[in-house]
Amino acid sequence: MNVPSPGSPEGGSPWLTLRTGALSFRVDRRVPLVALMTLLATLAVMVVNIGVGEYPIAPLDVVKTALRIGEYNKDYDFIVNTLRLPRMLVAVGVGLALGISGAIMQGLTRNPLASPDIMGISAGAGLSAVALIVIFKDVPASVIPFAAFAGAGIIALLIYLVAWRKGDSPIRMVLIGIGLAAVAGAGTSFMITFGDVHDVQRAMVWLTGSVYARSWDELHALLPWLIVFVPGAVLMARHLNALSLGEEVAMSLGSKVPAQRGLLILVSVALAGASVAAAGTIGFIGLMAPHIARKLVGVQHEGLLLISGVIGGFILVAADLVGRTLFAPIELPAGLVVAFIGAPFFVYLLILNNRR
Amino acid sequence: MIETHHLKLSYDSIPVIDALDVCIPAGKITALVGPNGCGKSTLLRGLSRLLKPRGGLVLLNGKDIHTIPTRELAKRLGILPQGPVAPEGLTVRELVAQGRYPHQSWLKQWQAEDEAAVNRALDITGMTALAERPVDALSGGQRQRAWIAMTLAQETEIILLDEPTTFLDLSHQIEVLHLLERLNRDEGRTIVMVVHDLNHATRHAHHIIALRDGKIAAQGSPGQVVTRALLEDVFRVQADILRDPRLGVPICVPYALATQNAEGIKGYDSRG
Repeated sequence: MNVPSPGSPEGGSPWLTLRTGALSFRVDRRVPLVALMTLLATLAVMVVNIGVGEYPIAPLDVVKTALRIGEYNKDYDFIVNTLRLPRMLVAVGVGLALGISGAIMQGLTRNPLASPDIMGISAGAGLSAVALIVIFKDVPASVIPFAAFAGAGIIALLIYLVAWRKGDSPIRMVLIGIGLAAVAGAGTSFMITFGDVHDVQRAMVWLTGSVYARSWDELHALLPWLIVFVPGAVLMARHLNALSLGEEVAMSLGSKVPAQRGLLILVSVALAGASVAAAGTIGFIGLMAPHIARKLVGVQHEGLLLISGVIGGFILVAADLVGRTLFAPIELPAGLVVAFIGAPFFVYLLILNNRR
Repeated sequence: MIETHHLKLSYDSIPVIDALDVCIPAGKITALVGPNGCGKSTLLRGLSRLLKPRGGLVLLNGKDIHTIPTRELAKRLGILPQGPVAPEGLTVRELVAQGRYPHQSWLKQWQAEDEAAVNRALDITGMTALAERPVDALSGGQRQRAWIAMTLAQETEIILLDEPTTFLDLSHQIEVLHLLERLNRDEGRTIVMVVHDLNHATRHAHHIIALRDGKIAAQGSPGQVVTRALLEDVFRVQADILRDPRLGVPICVPYALATQNAEGIKGYDSRG
């Protein structure tokens, strides 16, 4: 993937630099505009998504009702603010978490095929979330992310121990990840087969990945994880840049490699786990979003992480919209819609990788 | 100045270097030479902390490098490993900017002096015109110059390079070696490089350290080190020693394998 450099005139810098006395920061010149456009696009799709359904609502009314400004129809309040808005916010949050998580993994492993779903980390999170629900019954939504985090962490540790050796091919890491994902997926199916009907219904979501019927509860369970780990990821961007040059170069630049890599893995796994807890295992967003973001803003992580996140949010909201409208009134799970685009994209990346 | 005292280095518990005392002079270009597997790259990694010693000390101006904080060391000593690979799409300017990493902090990520150092490094290496190009789209020589520019932007007094000319064709080799000479002459940087081609060492280094089986076989100026006896002893080849017509330094032209111990010879022209 050749990222064309921005048109920079003689002596001009491709960076936007902010400098005050005690503070200085730089970011790729393309970031602000791309951020604005992707955010607006995401908001627009959200509004459309909230508007469509059995009970259609005009976009302007959606905005008025969601923000509770001006003259808004009280009948819409329940549909927008209780049913459809939290689902959209969960979708954006989940997509954001997956996009950032994938961007961190691809940067750290220097592997364009890395992402939480392909490496089995999402499946591990799904298995432990299902196990928690089936074994302990009525667990509150806020506890599930912790179980998902633990499951994701175990798989990440296995990958690290088994497949993260210097000189190992990207494909090898992916194959091991796919193997682990299959094992975790089988475990999830097993749990669902033997669990009782009520729990199984709640657990089914982890097989497909969907934001169907998500409420404020799920959003409240997801939000603290985003508030802690999204800024955490952005603050680590500088270190991720160094690590993405390879372990030895990072060391020679003065990076405390084991500590910084460990922290970044933790952030990435936490975001993946929290997303799975909220919406089940949704594949390919963590894989695709960073690739799209790199085309738009280059490979420096200061801008790349956030843009990957916003694009991840956009993909999931758009996929949910397609899933809801394509065969309405039958709903396709968003995870299925994403896989429809994501799986061919993955094959394309594999072919690209093999050519090199 | 870098010195080692009884330095022991090993890979996966296989000892490579045992009790080595070596002194790298400041302000000079030093070349580490020797046959494949002699431990020259291992020594370079040991000097830079990429490899933790099993025993002994590496001293930078009299101070054990393992007691110097990581970031402090990275401001004084830079190392370019062999054949580094940049992430796809990373531009030359972005790569060179990474050299500022040890100088940055959470709040001060891009000071005016960071920008100045990057521009200077691009200028010295002749990469300014290519600054916005992706590193993976450059030729081998340009790519190596981009990486050297990154190490340069780190503004360290000492630069270590592991086989900086490997995989480059002749003109690109000369391009990189002349750049290193300029850095030493005009900027006063101490340069230590592992080189495979002995004639590169004699022509471009002030000081040569020849290693064999993890021990120093000879060290000194090119004239002192490169002798028929050493070539037979260390490289296991018989060679004529000529004088470089321009520089007067010795250049060697191997014509046969050394007679004794003919098996176990690794090719003079292969890498490692």
